[in-house]
Amino acid sequence: MGEITKEQVKHVANLARLEVSEEEAEMFTKQLSSIIKFAEQLNEIDTEGIQPTTHVLDLKNVMRKDEPRQWTTREEALKNAPDHKDGQFRVPSILAE
Amino acid sequence: MSLFDHSIKELEAKLHNKEITVSDLVDESYKRIHEVEDKVHAFLTLDEENARRKAEELDATEDAGAKLFGIPAGIKDNIVTKGLRTTCASQFLRNFDDPLYDATVVEKLNAEKIVNIGKLNMDEFAMGSSNENSSFTPTRNPWNINHVPGGSSGGSAAAVAAGEVLFSLGSDTGGSIRQPAAFCGVVGLKPTYGLVSRFGLVAFASSLDQIGPLTRSVEDNARVLEVIAGHDKMDSTSANVEIPSYTEALTGDVKGLKIAVPKEYLAEGVNPEVREAVLEALKVYESLGATWEEVSLPHSKYAVATYYLLSSSEASANLARFDGVRYGVRSENAENMVDMFKKSRSEGFGEEVKRRIMLGTFALSSGYYDAYYKKAQKVRTLIKNDFDKIFEEYDVVIGPTTPTPAFKVGEKIDDPLTMYANDILTIPVNLAGVPGISIPCGFSPEGLPIGLQIIGKHFDENTVYRAAHAYEQATDHHTKRPQIGGAN
Repeated sequence: MGEITKEQVKHVANLARLEVSEEEAEMFTKQLSSIIKFAEQLNEIDTEGIQPTTHVLDLKNVMRKDEPRQWTTREEALKNAPDHKDGQFRVPSILAE
Repeated sequence: MSLFDHSIKELEAKLHNKEITVSDLVDESYKRIHEVEDKVHAFLTLDEENARRKAEELDATEDAGAKLFGIPAGIKDNIVTKGLRTTCASQFLRNFDDPLYDATVVEKLNAEKIVNIGKLNMDEFAMGSSNENSSFTPTRNPWNINHVPGGSSGGSAAAVAAGEVLFSLGSDTGGSIRQPAAFCGVVGLKPTYGLVSRFGLVAFASSLDQIGPLTRSVEDNARVLEVIAGHDKMDSTSANVEIPSYTEALTGDVKGLKIAVPKEYLAEGVNPEVREAVLEALKVYESLGATWEEVSLPHSKYAVATYYLLSSSEASANLARFDGVRYGVRSENAENMVDMFKKSRSEGFGEEVKRRIMLGTFALSSGYYDAYYKKAQKVRTLIKNDFDKIFEEYDVVIGPTTPTPAFKVGEKIDDPLTMYANDILTIPVNLAGVPGISIPCGFSPEGLPIGLQIIGKHFDENTVYRAAHAYEQATDHHTKRPQIGGAN
C-alpha cells in the first residue's frame, strides 16, 4: 500500500459527498499518498494484543431517562435553514429526472 | 499602561472601589481593537452594541461577587453564541447569524458577568496550525505581523497578546490552544479531556477536543477555568469530578516537585534557541527547589501519524452534518439532493477541510479500517501508557510547546506534512487526554516568544498551575508586550 490512485480519490470523494475537479483529484492523489505513506510508519510497531483506545476516560454507557421536553420551537429550528416551507425543511428533488 | 495590564483580581478590586467602571474596560477593549485590528485580524465578528449595553447594565448593578464581573472577553468562533454569528471561519457557515443556544461554557461565563466583545478568528473548523486556513482574513502575530499567530486558536491568542481583550476561550484538539499561546507569548491551557463541557463546541475530533482559557497570567487562567470547568449533563463525555479551587493552588511553592523531561522533547528538530530557553527554565525550577530528570516517551514519534488518522476519521464523521439542509449555505447550482450535498459542501469547505475529510473517509472505508484507523487507536493506547508510566514517578512533564518560534506567513502552507509536523510536541497530550499548559519562557533573537509546556496527570490541573505560576513569579517574560508592527 502507500499509493492511492486517482480512481480511489474520486471514490472517496463520492463517499464523503464532495465534488472534486480533475485538477483537485490529481492534487489530492499526490497529497493523500504522501500522508498515507507517512502514516504507514505505524506498521513498525507491534500492537499484537494491545487494546485500541476510543476514549481516555473510564466512562461507560452514560444513560439518562428518555423524557420528552420542550427545547426549541419549530420556528426557531427553521430560522437558519436555507429553504423551508409549511414548517418543514425543503430540499431539492431526491430523484434525478 | 493599559487597564489590561492588571490581573482580573486587581480589576475586580478597582471596580469594587469605583476607581473604574465596566464601561471603561469595554472602552479600552474597543479602543485597542480600532488601533490594531487592521493589522492583527483577530476578530471575525464584533458585538460592540451589545457589549456597550451590557457594560451599562453591569455598571447600574452591584457586582455581587461574580467571578468575572465586567471582564471583556473573546470567544473562538467554533463555540456557539446565541443570536451571534458563529462561522468556524468557514464559508459554509458565513450566514449562520442566529444560533439557537449558547454553549455551556458561554452560559457559565455569562453567569459570572463577562462582557463578550466578539468572536475570534481561527483555522477553518479548527483544522490548521497557522490561521492561514481561515476562509476570511488570516490572523497575524502581534509580535511580528509577517509571522503566523499559530493555530487553530490564533485569533484567541493574538487578541489577548495585543491587549484587545483580557481573556479568551480557544479549543485544543492537537495543540490548538497551546501552540498559538506559545507563538503569541500568552498563557494557554488545554484541560484534561472531559473537564470542560463540549456542548456547543462545533465538533472536530470528539475524542480529542477540549475548550480552555487563554490569558496573560497563570492566575487569570486558573480563575477562568474555575468558571468553565464542571460536569454537564448535555455532554455525555464530561466527567463527574469535584472541581477544586485552582487559584488557591497558586502557592508559589514547588519545593520537592518531581519534573520529567522527555529526551524526545529536546531532540534534533527542536530549534537550539527553544532548547536553550527550556534548559534555562529548568534551572529556574532547580533554584526553586524542584528536581528534574531525563525520561523517554518512546512512542511520541508516532503521535503525529496517529493523530492525523484518528482526528481526520472523527472529522469526516462530524462534518457530515454540514449538508445544506438545516443551516449554512446551499449551492444554487444543484439539480437533485445528492448533487445539492456535494455542491454545497464543495463550495463551502476550504482545501484543508476537504483534505482531512478525504483522509478520514479513506481511513474508515471498507478494507482500510483495520490497517489505518484501528491500528492508530492501538498506538494511541501505547502513547497513553508512556505518560501513565512516567506519572507513576513524576509530578509533571516539562518541555517546549513547539519545536520553533512562530514561522513566517506562507512558509509551510504548501506542504501539509511539514505543517502537521509542527504539532509533534502538543499532540501526544491530546492523545493521552492529560492537561497541558503553555507559558512564556523567553524570546528568540528576532524577538518572537517561546513557550514552555507543562503537562500533568489526569484532572491534576492544580499541580500544572502551581508549577506554571511558580515559574511565572520567578521570571518576567509574561510582562513583555508586543509593539504591533513588522519588526520588533
